[in-house]
Amino acid sequence: MSKLGTYAGPFVNEAARDFADSLVTAVNTTASVASHIYAKIPGSRIFARYVHASYQNDPYRSLLEACLVLFMIWYFVGKKHQPGKQNIETPLTEKEVQELIDEWDPEPLVAPLSEAQRMELDKTPVISGPSGSKVKLLDGKERLNFASYNFVGAMNQESTKESAISALRKYGVGTCGPCGFYGTLDVHMELERDLARFMGVEGAIVYSQGFSTIGSVIPAFAKRGDIIVADAGVSFAVQIGLRISRSIVKYYKHNDMQDLERVLQQLAKERKLKKKPLTRQFIVVEGLYADHGDICPLPELIELKNKYKYRLILEESFSIGVLGDRGAGVCDHYGIPATEVEIISASISNAIGSAGGFCCGSKEIVEHQRLGGQSYVFSASMPAMLAVSGIEGVKYLEAHPEAFTTLRQNAAVMRSALKKSLGQPQIVDIGGDVESPVIHLRLIHTSHFENRADQDRTLQEVVDEIIRNGVLVTRAKHVTDHEVINEPQPSIRIAVSAAHTKKEVEKAATVVAAALKKVLKARR
Amino acid sequence: MGKGKRAHFDSSRPPISSADIMHKPAGDDHHHTPPALYRGTTTTTAHDGGDPNAALEKSTDHLIEDTPIGVLITTYMSYFFLIIFGHIRDFFGMRFKKDEYRHLQAQNGYASLSSGFDTFYHRRLYMRIRDVFNRPITKVPGRTVHLLDRETNDFNKTYTFTGTTTEVLNLASYNYLGFAQSEGPCADAVEASVRKWGVGTCSSRMEAGTFELHLETEALVARFIGTEDSMIVSMGFATNSTTIPALVQKGCLILSDELNHSSLIYGARISGATIKTFKHNDSKDLEAVLRKSIAHGQPRTHRPWKKILIIVEGLYSMEGSICALPEIVALKKKYKTYLYLDEAHSIGAMGPNGRGICDYFGVDPADVDIMMGTFTKSFGASGGYIAGRKDIIDVIRLHNYSSVYSEAITPPVLQQIHTSLRIISGEEGGDEGHTRIAQLARNARFFSQGLRNLGFIVYGDMDSPVVPLLLFHPAKIPAFSREMLKRGIAVVVVGYPATPIITSRVRFCLSAAHTIEDLTYALQAISDIGDEMVLKVSSRPRPAIEA
Ligand SMILES: Cc1ncc(COP(=O)(O)O)c(C=O)c1O
Repeated sequence: MSKLGTYAGPFVNEAARDFADSLVTAVNTTASVASHIYAKIPGSRIFARYVHASYQNDPYRSLLEACLVLFMIWYFVGKKHQPGKQNIETPLTEKEVQELIDEWDPEPLVAPLSEAQRMELDKTPVISGPSGSKVKLLDGKERLNFASYNFVGAMNQESTKESAISALRKYGVGTCGPCGFYGTLDVHMELERDLARFMGVEGAIVYSQGFSTIGSVIPAFAKRGDIIVADAGVSFAVQIGLRISRSIVKYYKHNDMQDLERVLQQLAKERKLKKKPLTRQFIVVEGLYADHGDICPLPELIELKNKYKYRLILEESFSIGVLGDRGAGVCDHYGIPATEVEIISASISNAIGSAGGFCCGSKEIVEHQRLGGQSYVFSASMPAMLAVSGIEGVKYLEAHPEAFTTLRQNAAVMRSALKKSLGQPQIVDIGGDVESPVIHLRLIHTSHFENRADQDRTLQEVVDEIIRNGVLVTRAKHVTDHEVINEPQPSIRIAVSAAHTKKEVEKAATVVAAALKKVLKARR
Repeated sequence: MGKGKRAHFDSSRPPISSADIMHKPAGDDHHHTPPALYRGTTTTTAHDGGDPNAALEKSTDHLIEDTPIGVLITTYMSYFFLIIFGHIRDFFGMRFKKDEYRHLQAQNGYASLSSGFDTFYHRRLYMRIRDVFNRPITKVPGRTVHLLDRETNDFNKTYTFTGTTTEVLNLASYNYLGFAQSEGPCADAVEASVRKWGVGTCSSRMEAGTFELHLETEALVARFIGTEDSMIVSMGFATNSTTIPALVQKGCLILSDELNHSSLIYGARISGATIKTFKHNDSKDLEAVLRKSIAHGQPRTHRPWKKILIIVEGLYSMEGSICALPEIVALKKKYKTYLYLDEAHSIGAMGPNGRGICDYFGVDPADVDIMMGTFTKSFGASGGYIAGRKDIIDVIRLHNYSSVYSEAITPPVLQQIHTSLRIISGEEGGDEGHTRIAQLARNARFFSQGLRNLGFIVYGDMDSPVVPLLLFHPAKIPAFSREMLKRGIAVVVVGYPATPIITSRVRFCLSAAHTIEDLTYALQAISDIGDEMVLKVSSRPRPAIEA
């Protein structure tokens, strides 16, 4: 017996000694089993030898040491005393919970409509008959249509209608399934091929709604922790995509390349400083800005994105079928091959005159979305009739390159006629690029108006007056308070079309100018 | 890929009598009195409806059978080996086939477009069985579907089309009421509509895309659903993703069923509201989460929630489970919350009048604040609707992103909705609507009962027109689909990540366009494959086999 045993001796009675002995036996067997296992772990031999030796010398010491180890583990693993935290964590009693529930007074699901909102709803024009360069409203009178995005007049061509009807007789209407589950039709693949050919890229993927397209494209690539640098003037559809992506989003001043470079530099510096790992980085812009009617400076953007190793996501809903000699969008406009841009996304419902949206680029970009594009994967594919109308729309664009020239001329005529008829002093700002068929008219003397709603009301009066005089235009509609960055100033939006004659455009300009003058004069 | 001889589904095949399948569903008139197999199953069918107690009892049919332990272990092992071998192949591939891996690594300063597990899953699991997904088709996806035949010479990397098509029985499309048709009253009306209204709209509803046809159809939808007003959106997905943000914002709470559809989650996420989930279709768990959430208020500040919106689906298409609506409505009333019901799969397909889950349970639609549904399934069209009280719909018209920014739904699609709705509600075509609804209900019961009798593990309610059958092992996903194709039947198979890793499944969608003979044939084929693949692993009692 060792020293410790001798010391312990006087203090333990017989029963305790029996108990200790049985414990010692237990330790004995455990140790031998453990040693087998331990032998396999490198470095364990030394430890085992130590335990073995100490056990041989004095089994009671080993027991004591084991107890100490257990105590240590218990001490460290166990709860620590945390001042301040104690009180908060006490759970509520059932009675308290019930009281809180009884007290809870939720808001109504929707707030009652304000006067302005009521007006907004009531003033929505209702069209009776097909849409086109002219439309009939409910009152039975025809109006020149300067509200729809029928930029080159591809919508509702006779040949399109006939093709749609033959598609109906072959495919029915709905596809009854998402693309992945027997929802891909041969006409979808054909439309994708046609779009890719038209854009001059490897492939395209078709979504069934224009607005939702970019909102699925962005999050398919930009994930948590990735970096997006976006133009502050992007439209709401793009903003949704940015919001859902969970990436780090930075904005630069609308169309300001110096500001963009500043943001890019800053991000590069930050990354170096914090030694962050390489993440995906994107620049997000629009070809022709829906809310502003101006064109993005693509050559500079491409230079910057190459310099800073960003990928470019380009939203072209308003530039495809509008800009460029072939109408192939902003790349065509600048004479840059579309393959220079990684990801292009656009609506099929505007210039192409059908419905839905698409995204195009390299094979890799397209195939990635077939599993990663949310509204592609989880939504039924586009009805065959609309896919066929899309095919016809692309055909129309390819067959009518002169329409783009006419469209630009009409846009120029509209702008100059508006300027001329409005005269001086300026009462509205005629925004956007000379080539843009989307023209926003915004009030200049905003200080004369109480608030946004007041501006909206006044502009609506102007719109009413314009409609009364035979032209259909609309205020640019927004979901107020939902747009996160720079909600655009209220505007009347004119959408010029190549389907209008020069005379019609001039007439429309005169009507718009007269209405503006009349209503705004009454305001002063 | 099914290179072997394909036994083409013969649409003119003489009907096999139902005695051909192993166990004839018990009872002489199986259409009306399916056997009560499990606890809670009632013997009333939906179209006998009317007894609300019977309806309530139906909601307890959520039968989710546990996975047998042997299957559990072997399934995990399968994935384990798949993953191990995938990594081994990657290890060597990255050294010997650098070109093929280049796009996965950062190159000249660009991070790879897709990363980590996604691409591993895609390359090593999905690519090997890609032929069973995304099969392109042509013509109407009706009772049968025409597949475009394709071949691959590089293990599913690329396909070439052979130029031929194969007609197979369609158990894959959501064509519940059989309105996917290129002929008949709907197609005729659509043709006339194209001539009258054209094809495109080129504008949003709030700007210049509202046609008279929109208003008429919306009134019809409201009447059908039994609400004051409704609005139509050009895409079902967007109906959810752009309406939810119009209703709840920061400071509000969304309580979402854990198995809710991606579009609902998308909408919930952009709304900025706090999202909590509760266990699938479990009203007890919902109540517990509700109590806790109301009592604790918003995180950190503990301010009371502005409002709470419960979001559920009427019929869960991956599970075949019917929402426990009566209980959820009771909870919603008790706790002053609001209820959003997505009836994408149930509208048209459920209830004695095809008016969805409310109709099925006899719940007043006014008890549900937001009734949502899509036209892609039962109506053979596309798009979706939101129906409810007029004041709510008015606000949604103004705040729904689709209504303000996206193209309005096009006239041909609108017309399809219009005419099919009139037929379903009996305003047109006499008894046709009811016949279709009854046929679907009968098919659904017959088929799902048949599968259960055969000893498969089948999820969901007896009345569900979508029937998931559990496959478990990853290797059985492609095998099942290919074998079915050989026998001339198109089915949808789904695995991880659309389902939990263990419960890969095949999902059968029934239709009023199917005949009992079609389904008998399918049951026979499934039974044969089930024997070969050891899929009949249910431990539930089967009805006695009749001599
Ligand atoms: C529950 C649910 N909601 C919404 C949708 C989307 O509908 P759609 O395919 O019409 O876009 C689906 C489609 O699968 C769904 O299952």
